[in-house]
Amino acid sequence: MLRYIGKRFLLILPTIFVPLILVFLLLRLSPGDPAGMMLGDQATVDQINALRQELGLDQPIWMQFLLWLKGIFTLNLGDSIFFRKPVIEIIPSYASVTLLLTLVGLTLAIIFGVTFGLIASMNRNNPVDRGVVGWAVLGISLPEFWFALLLVFVFSVTLRWFPVAGYNPPSAGMIAFAATIFLPALALGIRQSALMTRMMRSSMLDVLNEPYITTARAQGLPEKKVIGEYAMRTASIPVVTVVGLSASYMLGGAVTIEIIFALPGLGRMLVEAVGRRDYPVVEGGVLTIALVLAMLNLLIDIIYAYLDPRIRYQ
Amino acid sequence: MTPDKHTSAASDAAPATARPTLEVDRLNLSLKIDRHVVPIVTDISFSIAPGEAVALVGESGCGKSITASAILGLPPENATVTGKIVLNGRDIAGFSKNERRKLCGSEIGFIFQEPMTALHPTLTIGHQLTDTLRNNLGLSKKAAMDRAAELLDRVGIPRPRDILKGYVHELSGGMRQRVMIALAISCDPSLVIADEPTTALDVTIQAQVLDLLEDMRTEMNIAMLFITHDLEVVADFCERAVIMYAGDVVETGSSRAVVDQPVHPYTRGLLDAVPHKDGSTEKLTPIPGTVPQIGDWPKGCRFAPRCPRRSPQCELRPEVEPTKRGQVRCWHPLEETVQ
Repeated sequence: MLRYIGKRFLLILPTIFVPLILVFLLLRLSPGDPAGMMLGDQATVDQINALRQELGLDQPIWMQFLLWLKGIFTLNLGDSIFFRKPVIEIIPSYASVTLLLTLVGLTLAIIFGVTFGLIASMNRNNPVDRGVVGWAVLGISLPEFWFALLLVFVFSVTLRWFPVAGYNPPSAGMIAFAATIFLPALALGIRQSALMTRMMRSSMLDVLNEPYITTARAQGLPEKKVIGEYAMRTASIPVVTVVGLSASYMLGGAVTIEIIFALPGLGRMLVEAVGRRDYPVVEGGVLTIALVLAMLNLLIDIIYAYLDPRIRYQ
Repeated sequence: MTPDKHTSAASDAAPATARPTLEVDRLNLSLKIDRHVVPIVTDISFSIAPGEAVALVGESGCGKSITASAILGLPPENATVTGKIVLNGRDIAGFSKNERRKLCGSEIGFIFQEPMTALHPTLTIGHQLTDTLRNNLGLSKKAAMDRAAELLDRVGIPRPRDILKGYVHELSGGMRQRVMIALAISCDPSLVIADEPTTALDVTIQAQVLDLLEDMRTEMNIAMLFITHDLEVVADFCERAVIMYAGDVVETGSSRAVVDQPVHPYTRGLLDAVPHKDGSTEKLTPIPGTVPQIGDWPKGCRFAPRCPRRSPQCELRPEVEPTKRGQVRCWHPLEETVQ
């Protein structure tokens, strides 16, 4: 098992570096110059060149990349061109919002997805199943921002149960935090829960036809144990895959939700930083997302190995 | 149906010594397919005495396995089962689903054909064995583990403690089937149903597994229902044979007699279709045609369309008639029935 984890750990390094190289190149290939943006329309060529030199933008690209890479290993991600503050000080507050949003959204998605999927598979082809499947198709087909606006309209504007927008960190108290995170997390989680519902249902239906489920029944084990342990254990493996995909989707795709609910998250930070050509902040943000995703994938791989011993020996 | 009036001819052939462990009397099973009720198995009757092995023989799709699932109490969801299933003197056919489930494992053991898929792929062997032991016998975790190790030792598995910690994919085919057998006999059942237990195994391993089953049966005095299509195995391993065709019992009798002097043309056909052990160079003759689609049974004698001895009379359904050593359901048996 340890060997397996070690091997997986080595495999995540390219996962982190490939997106970094891509983002680094894309930023510098795209039109727009941070120095020009900062100094405004009135700046002279000399002023701009001086600033470019100060920011290191006059160096060849490969040199810039190596310098930045060196910075990563010394935990120095450079200073934000816009905020004039070290990137490493800016990112945590934004990242924590997105991470918490993803975490709550993912939890909601798993709870609803697994429950509905189980209920549907237990009621195969009767009205309950059809209702759940219909809901899942609807959930997959509609975009998050639509759900977000719908939720705001119903629960914030009409019923006034939740604030319309804004963010309270957990340090402001759990209830205040929950009030601002619940609707965005739900909006972000609905599609993923619909995906998980479908996956859970079909995977459960497959597993229930497996001979080892008949064996468990033929051994006299109560149905609760047969479903809850013998079937769930194998049926959850494909669902774990979807959870991994959902998590990465949510981390990267939270931008619209963050904008609708005015959450100061990583997605919004990135969009704004790209607009300002704030290279260090964009690179730092992408590095953060890549790191989190890599860790997440490692976690998913470990869960796989726990659920299916055959994976450990490959 | 009056319980005291025994029209079941099969039970007559059972040894009159002890009360049979299992008595199946006019078991019928039908499936509901697209709102149509399709009869699958009709009027199956046989009995098994303690320590006796009875073979249920027939081609694929003739209803053997579904009969077994009905006896076990786990028929398909769309199935309706009628008739009597008497286990140790109690008619369990009318039991509720939960009551039936309690008999599974503890009184009826089941051995599946393909142990690779019939054992859980991601739970340890020990986990599966102890779950059964703890659930059915109420053992503690430790006691269950000890007993599981004993069971594995008993079915001839070396280093049982290590195997308990392992998974099914780590074992060889023969070992897997031994584990399956250990699971089936773990709670001292009085009846074991073995559904083609050797079909998925190498020929060399088949004999070992059959020997093991034979040992368990005699040691524990288990009544065994042995589902197979291999008549060679039937003669060596089982006392009596029940030959099924298209959901009907077509012939029953002592397995020696059935194999040596079959009375039903279908049994004859089955025997002629397999090579003989004695190495005779007689040409093999397959039975023409195939078993009809499940449930789409012909009217009258169901074997008639494939039968070399058919006559216009076969348009009518033959009754079960006693023969010298058993019964047969045929208008033109290969040997006169006893009137």
